[in-house]
Amino acid sequence: MQPVVRVHSKTVVLPSSNIDTDQIIPARFLTTTTRQGLGRELFADWRYRPDGSPNPDFPLNRPEAEGAEVLVAGRNFGCGSSREHAPWALLDFGFRAVISTEIADIFRGNSLKNGFLPIVVDETTSRWLLDNPGATVDIDLKETRLTLPTGVSFKFPLEAFSRHCLMNGIDELGYLRSRLQDIERFEAARSW
Amino acid sequence: MAARTLFDKVWAAHEVIAETADTPAVLYIDLHLIHEVTSPQAFSVLRSLGLPVRRPERTLATMDHSIPTSTDQVFGKVPIKVDAAAKQVQQLEHNAAEFGVELFGMRDARRGIVHVISPELGTTQPGMTIVCGDSHTSTHGAFGALAFGIGTTEVGHVFATQSLLQRKPKTFAVNVEGELRPGVTAKDLILAIIGKIGVSGGTGHVFEYRGSAIRALSMDERMTVCNMSIEAGARAGMIAPDDVTFAYLKDKPRAPRGADWDAALARWRGFVTDPGATFDAAVDIDASQLEPMITYGTNPGMVIPISATIPAAGDEVFDKALRYMGFHGGDVMLGKPVDVVFIGSCTNGRLEDLQAAAHILKGRKVAAGVRLLIVPGSQAIKRAAEEAGYADIFKAAGADFRESGCSMCLGMNGDTVAAGQYSISTSNRNFEGRQGVGARTLLVSPFTAAASAVRGRIADPRELL
Repeated sequence: MQPVVRVHSKTVVLPSSNIDTDQIIPARFLTTTTRQGLGRELFADWRYRPDGSPNPDFPLNRPEAEGAEVLVAGRNFGCGSSREHAPWALLDFGFRAVISTEIADIFRGNSLKNGFLPIVVDETTSRWLLDNPGATVDIDLKETRLTLPTGVSFKFPLEAFSRHCLMNGIDELGYLRSRLQDIERFEAARSW
Repeated sequence: MAARTLFDKVWAAHEVIAETADTPAVLYIDLHLIHEVTSPQAFSVLRSLGLPVRRPERTLATMDHSIPTSTDQVFGKVPIKVDAAAKQVQQLEHNAAEFGVELFGMRDARRGIVHVISPELGTTQPGMTIVCGDSHTSTHGAFGALAFGIGTTEVGHVFATQSLLQRKPKTFAVNVEGELRPGVTAKDLILAIIGKIGVSGGTGHVFEYRGSAIRALSMDERMTVCNMSIEAGARAGMIAPDDVTFAYLKDKPRAPRGADWDAALARWRGFVTDPGATFDAAVDIDASQLEPMITYGTNPGMVIPISATIPAAGDEVFDKALRYMGFHGGDVMLGKPVDVVFIGSCTNGRLEDLQAAAHILKGRKVAAGVRLLIVPGSQAIKRAAEEAGYADIFKAAGADFRESGCSMCLGMNGDTVAAGQYSISTSNRNFEGRQGVGARTLLVSPFTAAASAVRGRIADPRELL
């Protein structure tokens, strides 16, 4: 995993609430056996028309969205299926963070393990971001602070362990394996 | 010791290392279920690090998501139609053999949907921690296990260490008192619960379903309830084990036997919430007031009693959902047209669900122009349905009765609903495109699904019971 310390980028806005992982990456694309290349299918049923051509009205297809690394979405982003293909597809497309007032549990965990930032903000901050698509925002993991172009900033919640892993590019598996002796002791002490 | 909840007890029994302010807990995993869709990349990680599956005997693999349900494809008379699915099936066969994991392959008589076969085998047991790269792992909570869905990176963690790094979630009591009326099922109950709590109301929490209405449910029904916990945002939903649970598990192929059974039973009886234990959140539901439920929108929280009308226009998101569904605020649900009816999935693909469908379909025909697809949750359920005569009833009614799998719940295997068509489905998600691009899904119970197939319109099952 690549270390993430700061993301400084303009935003793309998808105002819908409850954007589920079936929208982020529809199930028919889950027959892959690798992690790469899923960006092409990100939001496939919203991004492409039935004939396969890009839907010009979809925010990700608009010229001003080019190069944006931060997605701003309505409440409860990433609900539904546990498919890790969702953050894989977002990362492969070029996104590095999503900002919402609420992010579903499994998607949130999957994101953190891939260096994709799930940023939860309050209603006021979210409202401003939803109303100002394309705004350039700054996400600073060191300070766990999101700063808007107005200068207003918001300190977002992120537990110390996840922050440490993200900033240092640490794979949690390495940490877990360093505790194998404890795991063996636990197994040995158990009667079932 | 202070009074503890069922969840607290299961959590504490699996804490290898307790959480601190700086580090999450190391939680031991008793049973790891895997399937073909969310495991390939985790096996690749093991391979690249030169690691084995640390506890293969705690790992069980099956194929369910992308495999075909047509008998000819499953048994090799014709090739698997979806190429990528065929590749995924082969990959799991290869990975399971290389890493020494037990696999119920495509033609294995014990194969089925991962959340259906583990209870059938008796590998799902009270007090366990159970994970799978699948959000409906919450199903196993019906046995008083702490069971939740994980991502593929975490599948790799469990492979390599039999443990996961976890923050302790909060607890949420879902108290359900009263008696369900005839024709109102466990599916209607959980849909009503989701409607009340909302699709993110359970985020960060583990549900415990409690109360007289929950105690009165069979194991099949309890699994239906726990299965959809994730649709209210909760990663897990639990029910304390009782005599109903123990009677179900007794003599299952992999349940403990003899003296081991007695010892297990003594331990399992302790997995209940102590009197006086407190929860972080709670909701009360009166089961006696419920009707058959049906969804009208594009998430499971957009749900109403079947005789009700769709709420008047709401916000932009609500209106977008109604446009997708081709519905309007104020519409009556009863009598709306039906194109496809799907009975199956890890929510409602068990024997009691097929029995409910057979009860309605017996001596009746599927309406002209309606396709009824019935997919059992496992091969064992398929055989049981054949022995009980349900398969003959389905055939006589004009239904298509298939081999087991996830099938049209998510349409990965080619079992899909066409754009614009209305699908009355016993599955768990009515998200846009879930059953096929442009498909319109309405979630219901097996009774309502079968009744609607017969009428060719959305029907109240109580008229046909």
